[in-house]
Amino acid sequence: MRMSYAAIPALFLLFSLAFSAPAIIEEYTPPPMTEGMYPCSNCHASMEANREKRDLKEEHTDIKLHHAESMRWCLDCHDAKNRDKLRLFNGELIDFTASYRLCGECHGPQYRDWKAGIHGKRVGYFAGPGKRIYYLCANCHNPHDPKFKPLKPEPPPRRPEENHDAKSE
Amino acid sequence: MQNQNNRRYTRREFLRSLSLTTLAGVSLPLLSSCSKEEAEDFLQKHFREMTPEEKKHVIAKLEERYSRKYGKRFEISTKGALPDTLWGYGLELSRCIGCRRCVYACVKENNNSRYKPQLHWIRVLRLKRGNLINLEDSEHYYDPPQVPEKDFLYLPVQCQHCENPPCVKVCPVHATWKEPDGLVVVDYNWCIGCRYCIAACPYKGRVFNWAEPNIPPEEVNPSVHYLGNRPRMKCAVDKCTFCIQRVRNGRYPACVEACPTGTRKFGNLLDPNSEIRYIIDRKRVFRLKEDLSTEPKFYYFFEA
Repeated sequence: MRMSYAAIPALFLLFSLAFSAPAIIEEYTPPPMTEGMYPCSNCHASMEANREKRDLKEEHTDIKLHHAESMRWCLDCHDAKNRDKLRLFNGELIDFTASYRLCGECHGPQYRDWKAGIHGKRVGYFAGPGKRIYYLCANCHNPHDPKFKPLKPEPPPRRPEENHDAKSE
Repeated sequence: MQNQNNRRYTRREFLRSLSLTTLAGVSLPLLSSCSKEEAEDFLQKHFREMTPEEKKHVIAKLEERYSRKYGKRFEISTKGALPDTLWGYGLELSRCIGCRRCVYACVKENNNSRYKPQLHWIRVLRLKRGNLINLEDSEHYYDPPQVPEKDFLYLPVQCQHCENPPCVKVCPVHATWKEPDGLVVVDYNWCIGCRYCIAACPYKGRVFNWAEPNIPPEEVNPSVHYLGNRPRMKCAVDKCTFCIQRVRNGRYPACVEACPTGTRKFGNLLDPNSEIRYIIDRKRVFRLKEDLSTEPKFYYFFEA
């Protein structure tokens, strides 16, 4: 008798697992990587880590650090030993796909809102069985130069006098 | 009495024959001068009064017609409102840069007429900073080489899906109404083109097809809703539907997906865990022209 009572929640759990709505697929967009660069260890594994702040002359010349650059350098975010990983304050190594955790260490309110879907951007489905796609911080902000650049706007709407000669045609 | 009986017709007989003659006079040219298809269109019922069979028939007819016209297989949905939903929109003014990406994504998704007439459902107003109250000083034809411009603020306006919509009140034929999930929709076939609703809307949310819409066949979006983005006809009023064809399937509206700064947010106002509820609970929100008691479901907010 006691056995059967214990079995009820177990059965219920199994039942709900088997017949519940299909699992919601949450997906992050892939982090933006320069073509042909990743994995970074291809080059860096055989190189000595140079912690000195300097102008990069041979490689990564396209990167102009403009993100609190007076107090930051590459190895504050990129791990010195394993270049395929990012490094949190506490020394934990994370993948580039989880870079939002690193951003969130300084930008707390933005991180909080991003997790709720308010800061940043989500596309795809927000309800039902469809795929939810979340943009990473780095998909919109260049992590080395995060301020948004001005854009060329799309053309303005036509004025009524240009639009209405449709009537005569 | 005697006199009346001697008349060839009584008054009632006269009226009966008069009305029969009028009816024949109206319907004979109608049935003889137009094709069966046109007569059927003319006699099509209001969307909300159609039986499921009649809807099916109309949808099949329209799918066939659109496919013939645009050379693509159309799928017209008539999906109804989901239970316990009230759609709401959020737009963060401190992020909008006025780039109009949303405007053109909307045009493409919703099969709007591209030119002659060019119809946009979203109008991005440019305001001087610190002058938000005075909408009359806004400009929506701005065209600088780059946005955002210093000292300006951008305020996109589209249909606000009011809970108390003035446009619905003034429609003389009930061609526009509020759905149970809060979307204000138009039955384009029932619309007579009187444009009272355009005059009544305080947000300029509605536009009119002054001519047969021009949609390039290669750009046409064949996944449509009867009350939403199906191609319209001349003399129909249309407007933003919060992408009814997408949101009733749980997908974000096209403008939300197009925004490069993540300004636009969408969700179910009745779901306490939705994005829009997070905004209303935690941010400083306002709605346009609240003093008109239209109760819009379009919330503008600031980073706070």
